[in-house]
Amino acid sequence: MKNFEYVRPTTVPEAIAAAAKPGAVYLASGTNLLDLMKGGITRPDRLVDVTRLPGLDRIEHLPDGSLRIGALVRNADLAHDSGFARSYPAVAEALLSGASAQLRNAATVGGNLLQRTRCGYFYDTASACNKRAPGTGCDARGGENRLHAVLGWSEACIATHPSDFCVPLVALDAVVEIEGRGGRREIALEAFYRLPGDTPERENLLEPGDLIVALRLPAEARTFAAHARYLKVRERTSYAFAVVSAAAALRVEAGKIRQARLALGGVAAKPWRARAAEETLAGADPTPAAFRRAAEAALADAKPSGDNLFKIELARRIIVRAFTLAAAGTPARIAALPASPFASVSGALQDA
Amino acid sequence: MNLSISLTVNGARRDVALSDPRVTLLDLLREHLDLTGTKKGCDRGQCGACTVLVDGRRINSCLALAVSHDGADILTIEGIARGDQLHPVQAAFIAHDGFQCGFCTPGQIMSAIGLIDEAQAGDDPERVRECMSGNLCRCGAYAGITEAVLEAQQTLATVNQRRSA
Repeated sequence: MKNFEYVRPTTVPEAIAAAAKPGAVYLASGTNLLDLMKGGITRPDRLVDVTRLPGLDRIEHLPDGSLRIGALVRNADLAHDSGFARSYPAVAEALLSGASAQLRNAATVGGNLLQRTRCGYFYDTASACNKRAPGTGCDARGGENRLHAVLGWSEACIATHPSDFCVPLVALDAVVEIEGRGGRREIALEAFYRLPGDTPERENLLEPGDLIVALRLPAEARTFAAHARYLKVRERTSYAFAVVSAAAALRVEAGKIRQARLALGGVAAKPWRARAAEETLAGADPTPAAFRRAAEAALADAKPSGDNLFKIELARRIIVRAFTLAAAGTPARIAALPASPFASVSGALQDA
Repeated sequence: MNLSISLTVNGARRDVALSDPRVTLLDLLREHLDLTGTKKGCDRGQCGACTVLVDGRRINSCLALAVSHDGADILTIEGIARGDQLHPVQAAFIAHDGFQCGFCTPGQIMSAIGLIDEAQAGDDPERVRECMSGNLCRCGAYAGITEAVLEAQQTLATVNQRRSA
């Protein structure tokens, strides 16, 4: 690991000033950053430790009915907050389906939003990668790419965003609060991420010194609590990134879908909101045929970036399954294997 | 750069002067404090061999910068027995053959202690397996590990009941 200067500011303005310099990065828990630094993928000159900044580790209920989650709230604490899991069950399920218990105990909300792709060529410094070293090319294009993007990718980059947490967040219109040199601003999480285009190294809208201080879920997000699921297919049932995942949420009134929300993980460089699919479900009966139509709409623009044509049909089936589970009702307790489409007991139903 | 930190490790205060900010909590324990019970497996947060409790929570010490944990309370495998009396999780791992080569065992045991304290798994073996998925065992002692965790949890619950009675 390259050496670096370590600084630990005590206020947000000090942190922003310290991180605005070239080569500086923020350190929270470091569960992704240290891994990247050990591999030489990220080589910062200065680490600005934000873990002691005051006031960023709170979960607050705001007067307008929204929920404000401090950037330093740990993934496990958020997922196991009983009020949170009741109001935003798909978000809690997504959190518990990611990483391991040890990592969830350490990893922060803000860090989760900023984790980097797990593309093997991004991680291998001997490979060409436009994201890691702009202009060098993309070895993933002609390489092992069965897990790569099928939506929103470019010739420059076919990597996917690895987060589970961000998928239901995008479906529920989460907003990111950012403090920077120009003061405070907020951006919808969906708009916060950029698609790769010709500049895959620019993954989001953060400017030098910008610090994510909180995440907000609007009041409307909890109106989906009775019918919200996160479903994730992975190559191992636990402690693995998504091949494809979906967050599906419904507001059902008198047996009809009033409103639907859908976002996909593992398919693009950002958590992928599928608004066209949502529109097909407004006013519809919650039937398998309706969910299949929604799935077709969600993947209408999908195309393989390599040996990953299978992910398109897999995504459609995951969408149908996630909506079917959501329509059946959010279970009282998160399943033993969170977000898994596979039963924990042979022959049993997934949520039995 | 001279970075002085103070930690409580297994109940004792330890002051350490670091000459390099790159030292992980894992390397601090092993190389600076000679506590080699905590193992370095992958060193990248994938295997769980380096699991310790920091302020009561299990984490991967290989992905934690020591300097960022100034003031923390650390519990390692060396700090859980009382003299010759094994911790109930240690005893249960022996009783249920929860290991073969033993390399992953300190991490498995610290992870199990964290899991029991988190109280999310209950007596469901599937939830125990899910909550232990951050600890790999190349010998494949998983069946014994799951039994050991369930039994130790029961033992600790009984001990706690007696204490509060």
